[in-house]
Amino acid sequence: MTTTRPERPPGGEVPARLELRGVSKIYPGVIANQDVDLRVSAGEIHAVLGENGAGKSTLMKIIYGVTRPSTGVMRWEGREVVVRNPAEARTLGIGMVFQHFSLFETLTVVENIALAMPGKPALGPLSQRIDDVSTRYGLPVDPRRHVHALSVGERQRVEIIRCLLQNPRLLIMDEPTSVLTPQAVRTLFLTLEKLSDEGCSILYISHKLDEIKALCHSATVLRAGKVTGHCRPADETPESMASLMIGKALPVCQHGAPAKRGEVRLRIAGLSHACDDPFGTDLKDLHLDVHAGEIVGIAGVSGNGQQELLRALSGEEPIAEKHPIQICGVEAGRMTPDRRRRLGMTFVPEERLGRGAVPNMSLADNAILTAARSQRLVARGFIGFERALAFARACIGGFNVKCGGPDAAAKSLSGGNLQKFIMGREILQQPRLLVCAQPTWGVDVGAAAFIRQRLIDLRDQGCAVLVISEELDELFEISDRLAVIAKGRLSPVRAAADTSIEDIGVWMSGLWPGASTGTGGAATDARGVRHA
Amino acid sequence: MPELPLRLEARAEPSRWMPYLSPLLAVMLMLLAGVLVFWALGKDPAEGFRLFFLNPVKDAYGVSELLLKATPLMLCATGLAIGFRANVWNIGAEGQFILGAVGATGVALYFQGSESRLLLPAMVVGGALAGAAWASIPAFLKTRFNANEILVSLMLVYVAQLLVSWLVFGPWKDPDGFNFPQTRMFDDAALLPILVDGTRLNQSLLIALAVLIAGYVFMYRSYTGFKMRVAGEAADAARYAGFSANRMVWIGLLCGGGAAGLAGMAEVAGPMGQLTDKVSLGYGFAAIIVAFVGRLNPLGILFASLLMALLFLGGEQVQQYMNLPSSISMVFQGMLLFFLLGADVFINYRLVIGRRGA
Repeated sequence: MTTTRPERPPGGEVPARLELRGVSKIYPGVIANQDVDLRVSAGEIHAVLGENGAGKSTLMKIIYGVTRPSTGVMRWEGREVVVRNPAEARTLGIGMVFQHFSLFETLTVVENIALAMPGKPALGPLSQRIDDVSTRYGLPVDPRRHVHALSVGERQRVEIIRCLLQNPRLLIMDEPTSVLTPQAVRTLFLTLEKLSDEGCSILYISHKLDEIKALCHSATVLRAGKVTGHCRPADETPESMASLMIGKALPVCQHGAPAKRGEVRLRIAGLSHACDDPFGTDLKDLHLDVHAGEIVGIAGVSGNGQQELLRALSGEEPIAEKHPIQICGVEAGRMTPDRRRRLGMTFVPEERLGRGAVPNMSLADNAILTAARSQRLVARGFIGFERALAFARACIGGFNVKCGGPDAAAKSLSGGNLQKFIMGREILQQPRLLVCAQPTWGVDVGAAAFIRQRLIDLRDQGCAVLVISEELDELFEISDRLAVIAKGRLSPVRAAADTSIEDIGVWMSGLWPGASTGTGGAATDARGVRHA
Repeated sequence: MPELPLRLEARAEPSRWMPYLSPLLAVMLMLLAGVLVFWALGKDPAEGFRLFFLNPVKDAYGVSELLLKATPLMLCATGLAIGFRANVWNIGAEGQFILGAVGATGVALYFQGSESRLLLPAMVVGGALAGAAWASIPAFLKTRFNANEILVSLMLVYVAQLLVSWLVFGPWKDPDGFNFPQTRMFDDAALLPILVDGTRLNQSLLIALAVLIAGYVFMYRSYTGFKMRVAGEAADAARYAGFSANRMVWIGLLCGGGAAGLAGMAEVAGPMGQLTDKVSLGYGFAAIIVAFVGRLNPLGILFASLLMALLFLGGEQVQQYMNLPSSISMVFQGMLLFFLLGADVFINYRLVIGRRGA
């Protein structure tokens, strides 16, 4: 084992805030954690590093009382404890921000937070406290809004605020920064450092190695459920940490010079769309051209109209007029998704399970979902199962999808592997235009580099690619040109080489040159920036 | 508070076998509870069991009656299953069955005296169309105004019952029928040919088996059936793929209505030979149970309809020989559905003995 620390002498040095000894979690058929030791001191920011499926989330759930370990001991401030449920964890002083959100969609933000508080807090004063915390930490959210109307990023903010309200002594954060602007990430880090100075310990799970390097005091690396090493992130480089994590050197994207730009494949010409949802974002007069042989990235804090734009582009929510969306020269604003596919467009949605794939259906069936026509998986109204199996196998093989084969149910795959399958399904149809949302959300570094490379390859083959992502590093890595969406408006497009993360970060607040009404509308997001 | 040493634990993934075991488990529990019911009523449970479950099929005639009863159940349940798979909840097969009977009767009465070979096919088409037309009302209201199809289709059952009453008490009443609420007996050309001499079993069984096979092909082999499965499993994925939700509603309800209409036609052109105000014995409602016990799968529906037919016949037997009320059949039907829903919990959960964390 890797533990080098001597046994604590009775009554000796200050006990660790949290200590795990020999923790294992065995599910039927899967060992999620094996003999894990972990020690977090008071005020320490401790990173837990590992690829998807390395067992990080299971370990955090054990600490938070969501699952019980099969074997092993947990000590809290020197005392052996058994945490039976999250309420007991909160009583101890443990707070957790989940990667997958645990919010009731039909309730408002303040109601959701009240549910997690002890007793029955009055909603009025609680709203005030939420406003205070959200201002202080640069996490803008309206306490009166219903959760179902919030974007992924806004939901995450609610989760963070909910934890901070309880003054925890150990805060577990599972991929907390993926939806924040760079400035807001810095604000969050200031907050976390302040919390740490006040003596609160933080367990920080992230795949963003530069963040870990900037923030964390120490790190424990997990691979396949086991601890494979410890390090001090400050002494490491992101590359060295990545190789600790995946056991080999980090693959690097080969981003050649942009291929020769071809004709316009996607033209957004004055797209305006009023959203049915009163809490949604209205799209206001968007203009954008995407040419063959280029990748255009759209950055932005989530909840600024990305969902609405994606639904309008995919045809899941057709718009009233034909001309504002032109796909390969055809006015397609009122077309259904399958008619748009016939024009040569494929589409990767933000949610994988339940939207991009049917959870209970096999991968072969899920291949039929969008590739029925382009891959001729259906003949005379009947499904050609052999062809569907073959196409699913091609997606699995071509994109290194780890799964039980084309008959495996979509829900049996890890998030990263399902994303690879969906990317494979949409890319292998050889689209003329690919619209892709959050291509590497929650995907481990190895798989993320692979997916980005495939997007670049697709561009080099002459496909037009539009990527909408909240990860700026990713957009800068793959995009030829960049725009920002804020409050339902689209900024001017810039060549990626002519702009910087700083500029785009400011634009993400709606403050781009010539933004006429952007300043007023984006006030809530600007607030996050002012505190940076 | 003391904790029971039993608890339900979520399975890591749904059981592979429980979806098929659970109907069998439900049947066994129903039999067990049935024994208790007989015992509580002061009847000999062994005798009750024999009369209810063995007596109806003790000879070839009994088996033919079983198949005859199973036919409308098979038809209705297959049609319903197509909709249920896409989360289109047609609860009104009973009304669509009645309208099918009315449609077929209308054709038979209009062409009274005809000996054309086309009369029966015309009645088949008339019955299916009338059932489908009745189901198109909830489909239209659902797709146009988002009216709940469960409520609309259910309420239309009662409208259909009143409609058939009006017809047989009024315009279609047999002039020589001593004022009984029934139409004329159909001519021979309007009756389905008997399959086995000496029984009432007729060609409608063949129609039902053909519908079962067609249903199987549609559900598991056709692209439209695939779309309906997707719509039932994940509505967002169906929208993402571009499958029209309204089309699913129309197909689901029209298939259900058409099949129920066929069953209604088979009833008036088969064992009844005329239309009366008691044309349906609750086949349309029982078919909902058949569809679920059969796991919305045509092969399962085949077995489930035989079981449900046995409950109908067994109920008649114990009424006859043990002086039990006619509702005994409904009690058994209800128990079967109850135990099925209960047993289905074990698809996603398992029973664990021992206290939590012990």
